[in-house]
Amino acid sequence: MTDLAGYRRPPKGTQPEYLYPPYASTAKRAPTKPLVLLPHTLSEITGPLFGHDDVRPEDGDLTAQHDAVPFGERIIVSGHVTDENEHPVPNTLIEIWQCNAAGRYRHQNDNHDAPLDPNFTGTGRVLTDKDGRYRFVTIKPGAYPWRNHHNAWRPAHIHLSLFGRAFVTRLVTQMYFPGDPLLPFDPIFNSTANEKAHNRLIADFDWDTTVPEQALGYRFDIVLRGRNATPMDK
Amino acid sequence: MHLTATASQTVGPFFHIGLEHLFGGDLAPGVPAQEKVVFHGRVLDGDGKPVNDAVLEIWHADRHGKYAHPDDTQDKPVTPGFKGFGRVATDDRGEFRFTTVKPGGLPGPHGMPQAPHLLVAVFMRGLLIHLVTRIYFPDEPANADDPVLQLVPAARRATLIASKMADALQWNVILQGDKETVFFEY
Repeated sequence: MTDLAGYRRPPKGTQPEYLYPPYASTAKRAPTKPLVLLPHTLSEITGPLFGHDDVRPEDGDLTAQHDAVPFGERIIVSGHVTDENEHPVPNTLIEIWQCNAAGRYRHQNDNHDAPLDPNFTGTGRVLTDKDGRYRFVTIKPGAYPWRNHHNAWRPAHIHLSLFGRAFVTRLVTQMYFPGDPLLPFDPIFNSTANEKAHNRLIADFDWDTTVPEQALGYRFDIVLRGRNATPMDK
Repeated sequence: MHLTATASQTVGPFFHIGLEHLFGGDLAPGVPAQEKVVFHGRVLDGDGKPVNDAVLEIWHADRHGKYAHPDDTQDKPVTPGFKGFGRVATDDRGEFRFTTVKPGGLPGPHGMPQAPHLLVAVFMRGLLIHLVTRIYFPDEPANADDPVLQLVPAARRATLIASKMADALQWNVILQGDKETVFFEY
Protein backbone atom coordinates (compact mmCIF):
# COMPACT_ATOMS: atom_id res chain seq x y z
CA MET A 1 0.00 0.00 0.00
CA THR A 2 1.34 3.44 -0.88
CA ASP A 3 1.59 6.09 1.81
CA LEU A 4 -1.65 7.91 2.51
CA ALA A 5 -2.21 11.65 2.40
CA GLY A 6 -2.50 12.72 6.03
CA TYR A 7 -4.42 15.60 7.55
CA ARG A 8 -2.90 19.06 7.81
CA ARG A 9 -1.33 19.88 11.17
CA PRO A 10 -2.85 22.93 12.92
CA PRO A 11 -1.07 26.28 12.40
CA LYS A 12 0.58 27.45 15.64
CA GLY A 13 -1.79 29.12 18.09
CA THR A 14 -5.00 28.06 16.36
CA GLN A 15 -5.68 25.21 18.81
CA PRO A 16 -5.33 25.44 22.60
CA GLU A 17 -2.29 24.10 24.44
CA TYR A 18 -2.89 21.45 27.10
CA LEU A 19 -1.39 23.49 29.95
CA TYR A 20 -3.16 26.84 30.19
CA PRO A 21 -2.79 28.22 33.74
CA PRO A 22 -5.74 30.67 33.56
CA TYR A 23 -7.96 27.55 33.28
CA ALA A 24 -7.10 26.00 36.66
CA SER A 25 -8.21 22.43 35.87
CA THR A 26 -5.47 22.09 33.25
CA ALA A 27 -2.78 22.08 35.97
CA LYS A 28 -3.28 18.47 37.08
CA ARG A 29 -4.57 17.10 33.80
CA ALA A 30 -2.28 18.42 31.06
CA PRO A 31 0.49 16.05 29.94
CA THR A 32 3.92 17.07 31.22
CA LYS A 33 6.10 14.96 28.91
CA PRO A 34 6.65 15.69 25.21
CA LEU A 35 3.94 14.48 22.85
CA VAL A 36 5.04 12.01 20.17
CA LEU A 37 4.22 13.04 16.60
CA LEU A 38 1.76 10.47 15.26
CA PRO A 39 1.97 9.56 11.59
CA HIS A 40 -1.42 9.43 9.88
CA THR A 41 -1.84 5.76 9.03
CA LEU A 42 -4.98 3.90 7.96
CA SER A 43 -5.98 3.92 11.66
CA GLU A 44 -5.97 7.71 11.86
CA ILE A 45 -7.55 8.52 8.47
CA THR A 46 -10.55 6.30 9.17
CA GLY A 47 -13.08 6.87 11.95
CA PRO A 48 -16.63 6.07 13.02
CA LEU A 49 -19.38 7.17 10.63
CA PHE A 50 -22.95 7.78 11.71
CA GLY A 51 -26.17 8.13 9.78
CA HIS A 52 -29.88 8.72 9.87
CA ASP A 53 -30.36 5.76 12.23
CA ASP A 54 -28.51 7.69 14.92
CA VAL A 55 -30.73 10.79 14.76
CA ARG A 56 -34.49 11.20 15.26
CA PRO A 57 -36.35 14.27 13.95
CA GLU A 58 -37.08 15.57 17.47
CA ASP A 59 -33.35 15.50 18.24
CA GLY A 60 -32.94 18.67 16.18
CA ASP A 61 -35.46 20.74 18.14
CA LEU A 62 -34.50 21.10 21.79
CA THR A 63 -37.69 23.10 22.40
CA ALA A 64 -39.96 20.22 21.35
CA GLN A 65 -38.83 17.33 23.51
CA HIS A 66 -41.39 17.72 26.31
CA ASP A 67 -45.11 18.38 26.84
CA ALA A 68 -44.66 22.15 26.90
CA VAL A 69 -42.11 24.57 25.55
CA PRO A 70 -39.12 25.54 27.69
CA PHE A 71 -38.61 28.99 29.14
CA GLY A 72 -36.17 31.24 27.36
CA GLU A 73 -35.47 32.98 24.11
CA ARG A 74 -36.07 30.58 21.19
CA ILE A 75 -33.20 30.62 18.69
CA ILE A 76 -32.28 28.85 15.46
CA VAL A 77 -28.63 27.87 15.04
CA SER A 78 -27.46 26.90 11.57
CA GLY A 79 -24.28 26.79 9.58
CA HIS A 80 -22.03 25.03 7.15
CA VAL A 81 -19.56 22.30 8.07
CA THR A 82 -16.60 22.21 5.70
CA ASP A 83 -13.07 20.95 5.85
CA GLU A 84 -10.00 23.17 5.58
CA ASN A 85 -10.00 22.62 1.81
CA GLU A 86 -13.49 24.20 1.72
CA HIS A 87 -15.14 20.90 0.83
CA PRO A 88 -18.50 20.37 2.54
CA VAL A 89 -18.64 17.59 5.15
CA PRO A 90 -21.95 15.81 4.42
CA ASN A 91 -23.86 13.40 6.69
CA THR A 92 -21.71 14.00 9.72
CA LEU A 93 -23.13 13.76 13.23
CA ILE A 94 -23.28 16.86 15.44
CA GLU A 95 -23.97 16.26 19.14
CA ILE A 96 -25.30 19.27 21.05
CA TRP A 97 -25.59 20.00 24.78
CA GLN A 98 -26.19 23.11 26.84
CA CYS A 99 -27.67 24.53 30.04
CA ASN A 100 -31.14 26.04 30.24
CA ALA A 101 -32.10 29.72 30.07
CA ALA A 102 -31.37 30.10 33.77
CA GLY A 103 -27.85 28.71 33.46
CA ARG A 104 -28.47 25.23 34.88
CA TYR A 105 -27.57 21.90 33.28
CA ARG A 106 -29.80 18.87 33.69
CA HIS A 107 -26.90 17.01 35.27
CA GLN A 108 -26.59 15.53 38.76
CA ASN A 109 -23.30 17.35 39.40
CA ASP A 110 -24.59 20.82 38.53
CA ASN A 111 -25.54 22.41 41.85
CA HIS A 112 -25.83 26.01 40.65
CA ASP A 113 -28.69 27.67 42.52
CA ALA A 114 -30.85 28.23 39.46
CA PRO A 115 -34.06 26.40 38.52
CA LEU A 116 -34.26 23.34 36.32
CA ASP A 117 -36.82 23.60 33.54
CA PRO A 118 -39.04 20.51 33.35
CA ASN A 119 -39.46 21.16 29.64
CA PHE A 120 -35.79 21.37 28.74
CA THR A 121 -33.22 18.57 28.59
CA GLY A 122 -30.55 20.52 26.75
CA THR A 123 -29.48 17.66 24.49
CA GLY A 124 -29.73 17.40 20.71
CA ARG A 125 -28.32 15.74 17.62
CA VAL A 126 -28.38 16.61 13.96
CA LEU A 127 -26.78 15.28 10.81
CA THR A 128 -25.35 17.63 8.18
CA ASP A 129 -27.10 17.39 4.81
CA LYS A 130 -25.45 16.49 1.50
CA ASP A 131 -24.01 20.02 1.28
CA GLY A 132 -22.64 20.00 4.84
CA ARG A 133 -25.40 22.26 6.20
CA TYR A 134 -27.04 21.83 9.60
CA ARG A 135 -29.78 23.54 11.60
CA PHE A 136 -31.23 23.10 15.06
CA VAL A 137 -33.72 24.93 17.25
CA THR A 138 -33.10 25.61 20.93
CA ILE A 139 -33.28 28.33 23.56
CA LYS A 140 -30.46 30.72 24.34
CA PRO A 141 -28.49 29.28 27.27
CA GLY A 142 -27.82 31.40 30.35
CA ALA A 143 -24.50 32.38 31.89
CA TYR A 144 -23.49 30.43 35.01
CA PRO A 145 -20.88 30.70 37.76
CA TRP A 146 -17.96 28.32 38.15
CA ARG A 147 -15.13 28.11 40.63
CA ASN A 148 -12.14 28.74 38.39
CA HIS A 149 -11.33 32.09 40.05
CA HIS A 150 -13.10 34.71 42.17
CA ASN A 151 -16.49 35.66 40.69
CA ALA A 152 -15.94 33.49 37.61
CA TRP A 153 -18.85 33.20 35.16
CA ARG A 154 -19.00 31.27 31.92
CA PRO A 155 -20.37 33.24 28.98
CA ALA A 156 -23.45 31.70 27.34
CA HIS A 157 -22.33 28.80 25.15
CA ILE A 158 -23.51 25.66 23.39
CA HIS A 159 -21.31 22.52 23.30
CA LEU A 160 -20.93 20.92 19.85
CA SER A 161 -19.26 17.58 19.10
CA LEU A 162 -18.41 16.48 15.54
CA PHE A 163 -16.73 13.43 14.04
CA GLY A 164 -15.97 14.23 10.40
CA ARG A 165 -14.54 11.43 8.29
CA ALA A 166 -11.49 10.41 10.29
CA PHE A 167 -10.33 9.75 13.84
CA VAL A 168 -8.13 12.85 13.53
CA THR A 169 -10.99 15.12 12.38
CA ARG A 170 -12.81 14.72 15.71
CA LEU A 171 -13.76 18.09 17.17
CA VAL A 172 -15.49 19.13 20.38
CA THR A 173 -15.99 22.87 20.62
CA GLN A 174 -18.23 25.55 22.11
CA MET A 175 -20.26 28.19 20.29
CA TYR A 176 -20.58 31.63 21.88
CA PHE A 177 -22.91 34.59 21.30
CA PRO A 178 -21.99 37.99 19.86
CA GLY A 179 -21.84 40.90 22.29
CA ASP A 180 -21.55 38.73 25.42
CA PRO A 181 -19.82 40.93 28.05
CA LEU A 182 -18.25 37.87 29.71
CA LEU A 183 -16.20 36.79 26.68
CA PRO A 184 -13.05 38.84 27.42
CA PHE A 185 -12.88 37.31 30.92
CA ASP A 186 -13.45 33.64 30.09
CA PRO A 187 -10.25 31.55 30.10
CA ILE A 188 -11.82 28.72 28.12
CA PHE A 189 -12.95 31.00 25.29
CA ASN A 190 -9.58 32.79 25.30
CA SER A 191 -7.49 29.61 25.39
CA THR A 192 -6.09 29.82 21.85
CA ALA A 193 -3.06 32.09 21.46
CA ASN A 194 -4.40 33.20 18.09
CA GLU A 195 -7.13 35.79 18.67
CA LYS A 196 -8.81 35.09 15.33
CA ALA A 197 -9.11 31.43 16.28
CA HIS A 198 -11.18 32.17 19.37
CA ASN A 199 -13.19 34.94 17.75
CA ARG A 200 -14.34 32.36 15.19
CA LEU A 201 -16.11 30.59 18.07
CA ILE A 202 -18.60 33.48 18.24
CA ALA A 203 -21.71 32.90 16.13
CA ASP A 204 -23.06 35.69 13.91
CA PHE A 205 -26.54 37.06 14.40
CA ASP A 206 -28.23 36.28 11.09
CA TRP A 207 -31.31 38.01 9.60
CA ASP A 208 -31.50 35.41 6.83
CA THR A 209 -32.37 32.61 9.26
CA THR A 210 -34.34 34.75 11.73
CA VAL A 211 -37.99 33.74 11.45
CA PRO A 212 -40.56 36.55 11.88
CA GLU A 213 -42.71 36.22 15.02
CA GLN A 214 -40.77 33.08 15.99
CA ALA A 215 -37.02 33.02 16.63
CA LEU A 216 -33.70 34.81 16.18
CA GLY A 217 -31.20 33.13 13.87
CA TYR A 218 -27.52 32.60 14.62
CA ARG A 219 -25.04 31.33 12.08
CA PHE A 220 -22.07 29.22 13.16
CA ASP A 221 -19.84 27.72 10.48
CA ILE A 222 -17.53 24.90 11.55
CA VAL A 223 -14.28 23.87 9.89
CA LEU A 224 -12.85 20.37 10.36
CA ARG A 225 -9.29 19.41 9.49
CA GLY A 226 -8.57 18.85 5.80
CA ARG A 227 -6.22 16.44 4.09
CA ASN A 228 -2.99 17.43 2.46
CA ALA A 229 -3.11 17.29 -1.32
CA THR A 230 -3.24 13.73 -2.61
CA PRO A 231 -1.75 12.65 -5.93
CA MET A 232 -5.31 12.69 -7.32
CA ASP A 233 -5.64 16.39 -6.50
CA LYS A 234 -2.48 17.39 -8.30
CA MET B 1 -5.79 29.36 0.10
CA HIS B 2 -7.56 27.27 2.65
CA LEU B 3 -9.48 27.56 5.92
CA THR B 4 -8.21 26.80 9.41
CA ALA B 5 -9.96 24.22 11.58
CA THR B 6 -12.27 25.48 14.33
CA ALA B 7 -10.62 25.63 17.75
CA SER B 8 -11.28 22.82 20.19
CA GLN B 9 -12.88 23.56 23.57
CA THR B 10 -13.22 21.37 26.64
CA VAL B 11 -16.15 18.98 27.00
CA GLY B 12 -16.55 20.39 30.54
CA PRO B 13 -18.00 18.52 33.50
CA PHE B 14 -21.51 18.00 32.11
CA PHE B 15 -20.82 16.17 28.83
CA HIS B 16 -22.86 13.12 29.87
CA ILE B 17 -26.13 14.75 28.82
CA GLY B 18 -24.85 15.29 25.29
CA LEU B 19 -22.73 12.20 24.75
CA GLU B 20 -24.47 9.38 26.62
CA HIS B 21 -26.63 8.34 23.66
CA LEU B 22 -23.49 6.74 22.19
CA PHE B 23 -22.14 5.31 25.46
CA GLY B 24 -21.35 1.68 24.84
CA GLY B 25 -18.55 -0.58 25.96
CA ASP B 26 -19.29 -3.58 23.73
CA LEU B 27 -17.40 -2.99 20.50
CA ALA B 28 -18.08 -6.43 19.10
CA PRO B 29 -21.74 -7.18 19.68
CA GLY B 30 -22.78 -10.69 18.76
CA VAL B 31 -19.32 -12.19 19.22
CA PRO B 32 -19.22 -15.01 21.84
CA ALA B 33 -17.69 -13.89 25.14
CA GLN B 34 -14.88 -16.46 24.97
CA GLU B 35 -13.62 -14.85 21.76
CA LYS B 36 -13.55 -11.38 23.27
CA VAL B 37 -11.04 -9.32 25.20
CA VAL B 38 -12.04 -7.30 28.25
CA PHE B 39 -10.17 -4.07 28.89
CA HIS B 40 -10.35 -2.24 32.15
CA GLY B 41 -8.40 0.58 33.66
CA ARG B 42 -8.40 3.86 35.49
CA VAL B 43 -7.79 7.47 34.63
CA LEU B 44 -5.53 9.22 37.17
CA ASP B 45 -4.63 12.92 37.42
CA GLY B 46 -1.36 14.58 38.43
CA ASP B 47 -2.04 13.91 42.12
CA GLY B 48 -2.77 10.25 41.41
CA LYS B 49 -6.44 10.88 42.11
CA PRO B 50 -9.07 9.10 40.03
CA VAL B 51 -10.68 11.21 37.33
CA ASN B 52 -14.41 10.57 37.59
CA ASP B 53 -15.42 12.84 34.71
CA ALA B 54 -13.48 11.51 31.72
CA VAL B 55 -14.87 9.95 28.57
CA LEU B 56 -12.86 7.67 26.27
CA GLU B 57 -13.54 6.93 22.62
CA ILE B 58 -12.06 3.81 21.10
CA TRP B 59 -11.55 3.04 17.40
CA HIS B 60 -10.07 -0.09 15.90
CA ALA B 61 -10.09 -2.51 13.00
CA ASP B 62 -11.77 -5.92 12.93
CA ARG B 63 -10.07 -9.30 13.38
CA HIS B 64 -8.77 -9.20 9.83
CA GLY B 65 -7.28 -5.74 10.26
CA LYS B 66 -10.02 -4.09 8.20
CA TYR B 67 -11.72 -0.85 9.25
CA ALA B 68 -15.47 -0.33 8.90
CA HIS B 69 -14.83 2.69 6.70
CA PRO B 70 -14.97 3.31 2.93
CA ASP B 71 -11.43 4.71 2.85
CA ASP B 72 -10.04 1.32 3.89
CA THR B 73 -9.50 -0.12 0.41
CA GLN B 74 -7.61 -3.24 1.54
CA ASP B 75 -8.72 -6.43 -0.15
CA LYS B 76 -9.94 -8.06 3.06
CA PRO B 77 -13.35 -9.42 4.05
CA VAL B 78 -15.71 -7.05 5.87
CA THR B 79 -17.19 -8.24 9.19
CA PRO B 80 -20.96 -7.68 9.05
CA GLY B 81 -22.24 -5.61 11.98
CA PHE B 82 -18.77 -4.60 13.13
CA LYS B 83 -18.25 -0.88 13.67
CA GLY B 84 -15.13 -0.73 15.83
CA PHE B 85 -16.24 2.30 17.82
CA GLY B 86 -16.91 2.56 21.54
CA ARG B 87 -17.45 5.38 24.02
CA VAL B 88 -17.15 4.84 27.76
CA ALA B 89 -17.19 7.28 30.67
CA THR B 90 -15.24 6.79 33.89
CA ASP B 91 -17.18 6.04 37.08
CA ASP B 92 -16.81 7.48 40.57
CA ARG B 93 -13.58 5.53 41.05
CA GLY B 94 -12.14 6.77 37.76
CA GLU B 95 -12.60 3.33 36.21
CA PHE B 96 -13.69 2.36 32.73
CA ARG B 97 -14.30 -0.97 31.03
CA PHE B 98 -14.97 -2.19 27.51
CA THR B 99 -14.96 -5.45 25.60
CA THR B 100 -14.04 -6.16 22.01
CA VAL B 101 -12.09 -8.46 19.71
CA LYS B 102 -8.38 -8.23 19.07
CA PRO B 103 -7.87 -6.49 15.74
CA GLY B 104 -5.64 -7.91 13.03
CA GLY B 105 -2.40 -6.36 11.86
CA LEU B 106 -2.53 -3.30 9.64
CA PRO B 107 -0.50 -1.61 6.96
CA GLY B 108 1.64 1.29 8.16
CA PRO B 109 3.86 4.02 6.81
CA HIS B 110 6.53 3.15 4.20
CA GLY B 111 5.12 -0.33 3.80
CA MET B 112 5.93 -1.33 7.38
CA PRO B 113 3.18 -3.41 8.99
CA GLN B 114 1.62 -2.17 12.23
CA ALA B 115 1.00 -4.43 15.20
CA PRO B 116 -2.62 -4.86 16.35
CA HIS B 117 -3.68 -1.73 18.22
CA LEU B 118 -6.62 0.40 19.32
CA LEU B 119 -6.81 4.17 19.06
CA VAL B 120 -8.12 6.05 22.09
CA ALA B 121 -9.26 9.65 22.43
CA VAL B 122 -9.57 11.01 25.98
CA PHE B 123 -11.86 13.92 26.84
CA MET B 124 -12.46 15.63 30.19
CA ARG B 125 -12.84 18.89 32.05
CA GLY B 126 -9.38 20.44 32.12
CA LEU B 127 -8.50 19.24 28.64
CA LEU B 128 -9.11 22.06 26.18
CA ILE B 129 -8.32 19.63 23.38
CA HIS B 130 -8.62 15.86 23.65
CA LEU B 131 -5.68 13.53 24.12
CA VAL B 132 -4.91 10.72 21.68
CA THR B 133 -3.10 7.53 22.59
CA ARG B 134 -2.91 3.89 21.48
CA ILE B 135 -3.31 0.52 23.19
CA TYR B 136 -1.15 -2.41 22.08
CA PHE B 137 -1.47 -6.04 23.17
CA PRO B 138 0.88 -7.94 25.50
CA ASP B 139 2.69 -11.03 24.18
CA GLU B 140 2.47 -9.70 20.63
CA PRO B 141 5.66 -10.34 18.64
CA ALA B 142 4.70 -7.70 16.05
CA ASN B 143 5.08 -4.96 18.69
CA ALA B 144 8.86 -5.17 18.29
CA ASP B 145 8.72 -3.80 14.75
CA ASP B 146 5.70 -1.55 15.03
CA PRO B 147 6.57 1.74 13.29
CA VAL B 148 4.58 3.90 15.73
CA LEU B 149 5.91 2.22 18.90
CA GLN B 150 9.40 2.77 17.52
CA LEU B 151 8.79 6.53 17.55
CA VAL B 152 8.20 6.35 21.31
CA PRO B 153 11.22 6.52 23.67
CA ALA B 154 11.92 2.91 24.68
CA ALA B 155 11.51 3.64 28.39
CA ARG B 156 7.96 4.89 27.85
CA ARG B 157 6.65 2.24 25.43
CA ALA B 158 5.25 0.09 28.22
CA THR B 159 2.60 2.75 28.92
CA LEU B 160 0.99 1.86 25.58
CA ILE B 161 0.95 -1.90 26.12
CA ALA B 162 -1.88 -3.42 28.14
CA SER B 163 -1.04 -5.74 31.04
CA LYS B 164 -2.39 -9.25 31.24
CA MET B 165 -4.56 -9.85 34.30
CA ALA B 166 -6.45 -13.00 35.27
CA ASP B 167 -9.51 -12.38 33.14
CA ALA B 168 -8.86 -9.06 31.45
CA LEU B 169 -6.30 -6.70 30.01
CA GLN B 170 -5.48 -3.71 32.15
CA TRP B 171 -4.51 -0.38 30.66
CA ASN B 172 -4.51 2.92 32.55
CA VAL B 173 -4.47 6.55 31.51
CA ILE B 174 -1.90 8.29 33.72
CA LEU B 175 -2.11 11.99 32.93
CA GLN B 176 1.11 13.14 34.60
CA GLY B 177 4.26 11.94 36.35
CA ASP B 178 6.88 9.22 36.08
CA LYS B 179 4.44 6.70 34.64
CA GLU B 180 2.69 9.26 32.42
CA THR B 181 0.98 7.61 29.46
CA VAL B 182 2.43 8.45 26.08
CA PHE B 183 0.13 10.86 24.27
CA PHE B 184 0.47 11.73 20.62
CA GLU B 185 0.46 14.96 18.71
CA TYR B 186 -2.08 14.02 16.11
